[in-house]
Amino acid sequence: MAFKRIKSLLVGTFSIFTLILSTPVLAQNHDNNNETEAAQEKEVKLDPAEIILEHIQDAHEWHFFSFGDFHASIPLPVILYSPTNGLTLFSSSRFHHGHEAYNGYKLEHGKIVAEDGSKVYDFSLTKNVVQMFLALILLVFLLTGIAKKYKSGQGVTSAPKGWQSLLEPVITFIRDEAAKPNLGHKWQKYLPYLLTVFFFILINTLFGLLPGSANVTGNIAFTIVLGIISFFVILFSTNSHFWGHIFWPPGVPFLIKLILIPIEFASFFIKPAALIIRLFANMVAGHIIILSFVTLIFIFGSMATVAGWSVSPLSVAFAVFIYLIELLVAFIQAYIFTVLTAVFIGQAFEGGHNDTDGHADAVII
Amino acid sequence: MELLLPALGLLFWTLVAFAIVFFILKKYAWSAILKGLNDREQNIADSIATADKVRQEMAQLKSENEALLATAREERAAMLKEAKETKDRIIGQAKDEAKLQAAKIVADAHASIEQQKMAAMTDLKNQVGNLVVEVSEKVLRKELSNKPEYESYIRQLTQEVKLN
Repeated sequence: MAFKRIKSLLVGTFSIFTLILSTPVLAQNHDNNNETEAAQEKEVKLDPAEIILEHIQDAHEWHFFSFGDFHASIPLPVILYSPTNGLTLFSSSRFHHGHEAYNGYKLEHGKIVAEDGSKVYDFSLTKNVVQMFLALILLVFLLTGIAKKYKSGQGVTSAPKGWQSLLEPVITFIRDEAAKPNLGHKWQKYLPYLLTVFFFILINTLFGLLPGSANVTGNIAFTIVLGIISFFVILFSTNSHFWGHIFWPPGVPFLIKLILIPIEFASFFIKPAALIIRLFANMVAGHIIILSFVTLIFIFGSMATVAGWSVSPLSVAFAVFIYLIELLVAFIQAYIFTVLTAVFIGQAFEGGHNDTDGHADAVII
Repeated sequence: MELLLPALGLLFWTLVAFAIVFFILKKYAWSAILKGLNDREQNIADSIATADKVRQEMAQLKSENEALLATAREERAAMLKEAKETKDRIIGQAKDEAKLQAAKIVADAHASIEQQKMAAMTDLKNQVGNLVVEVSEKVLRKELSNKPEYESYIRQLTQEVKLN
């Protein structure tokens, strides 16, 4: 089958792309040297951009607050692999908040680099990773718990109770609104994946809204993984009809075909990329807005203490408002990611039997 | 800019976490939950269908009952009518019979009266004959000597005399 070969080829190219993409991460580390020192010099000066960015980024320790020299933080395990030194495991407290080097590694602007400049692969259990694990343990615990209840007959022959009542409408909503309308007769096959994606995003976003928590869904690495998984699921759902439409769009003149083919082919990659960026941007934007409103107090406070106090009620009111919107957005974004994945999967295998559906859909990115 | 560069560690752990969570949930949660929900929906749909069926059966039974009642009522009316007819017929018959019987009794009585009257007449005729003979004998004894000749003559005379 020709289209299967194309499929494998696409998988290969995409894997290479992602690998290339990941290398600048490590290259970037060296450039931040000077900036960190500069930042440390003017520590007393308030830099809102830095504060906000620090809050939405990943870290090797779970930092809650600092009071003078006292740092309330939980050190997290650091796992490093370097081709020269092999695997290394130690606590992030060894770095003393980035002031000291340990074992030939040092912390620079939140990134771990080797002192001799060699390559280091950082597999540390960072703040995001730890929080994600906690959230997922809770999720698995909750869902297997209610699964047991369903097995015992509660909710099947009697009325659902407790967490069942809370999660059941969400599960049926994903089933009836995302899976069934978009996936035709194959919806049962994809439903576990769609539900997992939805709850995976939802629980991590909700955890990310807790004060002092990490911004997991607002991290590009997290969304890239989900996007790539979606990409592969879409890729393995495609049929020859789908590829026929991409590489030889029917019913258009030859010259337009030449224009359409690259666009169609690009759209295949743009779809998951849009999923990645949408989720990431929404979550980052929400966190930035909340943090901005809170930081506003300190910006005014640095001008005059009175100004800081007087602006605080307004700031808090706006922050609370955005916070409530973020709660809504947590559900909406999880749903959008799920439903669009379902739509893309549906597009990938539909049209084999009835051709009319394939042309009617608008371009959804 | 740093915000847009994915960290290798988080990429790796997210992938691992997603894979594990997906397989755990698929095996231990989704199958049971979805099956439970499906069963319940099936159950509810079945119950509604059964209730519908029962309702239809009830309606059918009711109409059947009504039909039965109607036929029973008709039967009763017919039976009453028949009974009335029978009664009328029996009464008529009885009346006819009674009339017949009475007529017969009256006829018998007439016959008997007639018979007794005839007997009484005959008796009377005989006694009157005897009386006449005795009287005539007493009268004639003195006058007549030929007694048997007179006697037969008188009997002839009485035979000729028809009362009525």
